[in-house]
Amino acid sequence: MREQPIERLGAATTRFVLELGRIAQFFGVILLQVAKPPFRPRRLIREIYDSGWLSFALVCASGLTVGAVLGLTLHGVLLRFGAEETLGTVVGLALIQELGPVLTGLLVTGRAGSAMATEIAVMTATEQIDGMRTMAVDPMHYVVGPKALALTLAMPLLSCLFIVCAIFGAYLIGVQLLGLDAGVYFSGLEQSVEFSNHVLGSLLKAVVFGALVSLIATYRGYTSGRSAEAVGRATTSTVVTASVCILIADYIVTSLWEF
Amino acid sequence: MQTSPSRDLAVGLFVLLGLAAIAYLSLQLGGLSYKGKGGLELHATFGQIGGLAERAPVVISGVRVGKVTRIDLSGDMRASVTFDVDESLELPVDTSASIRTAGLLGNQFIELEPGAEDELLAPGGEIAMTESALSIEKLVGSLVHDAGLGGDEEAGE
Repeated sequence: MREQPIERLGAATTRFVLELGRIAQFFGVILLQVAKPPFRPRRLIREIYDSGWLSFALVCASGLTVGAVLGLTLHGVLLRFGAEETLGTVVGLALIQELGPVLTGLLVTGRAGSAMATEIAVMTATEQIDGMRTMAVDPMHYVVGPKALALTLAMPLLSCLFIVCAIFGAYLIGVQLLGLDAGVYFSGLEQSVEFSNHVLGSLLKAVVFGALVSLIATYRGYTSGRSAEAVGRATTSTVVTASVCILIADYIVTSLWEF
Repeated sequence: MQTSPSRDLAVGLFVLLGLAAIAYLSLQLGGLSYKGKGGLELHATFGQIGGLAERAPVVISGVRVGKVTRIDLSGDMRASVTFDVDESLELPVDTSASIRTAGLLGNQFIELEPGAEDELLAPGGEIAMTESALSIEKLVGSLVHDAGLGGDEEAGE
């Protein structure tokens, strides 16, 4: 049978909308399961260890590097206008508003999101998830809930660590290497950064990105097929989808936050 | 689930460091509160504050002693500035406040110059002697005028 292009488009649209619906439903189930006792603090600590602590060194090192590069580049440009005193302001606002949450989100997607998707996909493929259901343990409650909650909680912490490391990185380059005054750098930061506007917005972004990454990672893992190839596909699709979603969500949150 | 002391330690450390980072961004940089809170609140009214903004520093002889907390328009269409300074400061009632600029184009701040009276400013007190922000445009304008460079009418003929 020869498919018509319009029919193919219709089928693809239906598939896409269905998929969106399933993800939304999955999200609702996660919310219900996270709120439902018994709570498992030990499971949560273990998951925070996996998604938070294991990303800690990566996030701090990346923050330091990003801050150093920002400091070096911006100092050179600002110097041309004799405005190198504003380095602290520029670096602080760029990091807190955009770079911190977004780059941390992308790093966490690669480090923790992919691991999460793979783990759940392997559990699905090797029928461990089915085994849990047989033993009357709800895998959404035992596996998916704690993982999603842990990543969502760890993201704002990681994002702020990233920002602090990057501010320190820019300080190392701008102040220690290029000879800007430390007081000028930090007072620029303190005067331009506002809690209710910038810091709160940054934390909100980090939480939204964390929820998004964990939702996509757990959904892809949970609905993965039962072959080695399907596990690989689940991981790849998690990283790609989550990265794109973070960038789109960043625009949406930024534009909503402005109002 | 087995307990693992080293993992608990790592998670605890991670959460502590993360919270410390949030606290640093919120309190130190975000200015949610600052050390010396509940200090001496003073008011001053200026005819022109230029680019003075909330949280701008308040200095005495170049030393930072507080910050601007609020800027309102007063009843007589002047700028009413409220600022918080270190409460251990003993400022005489004839202290004067001026708006200065750091460098040519830098941020603006308030400089206090303590007077000589024995009576001290009470919390919520008003500084009577104020000096408004200098407008660079006006300054350049008067400079050009004084130097006789603005003579378009002669140059045109």
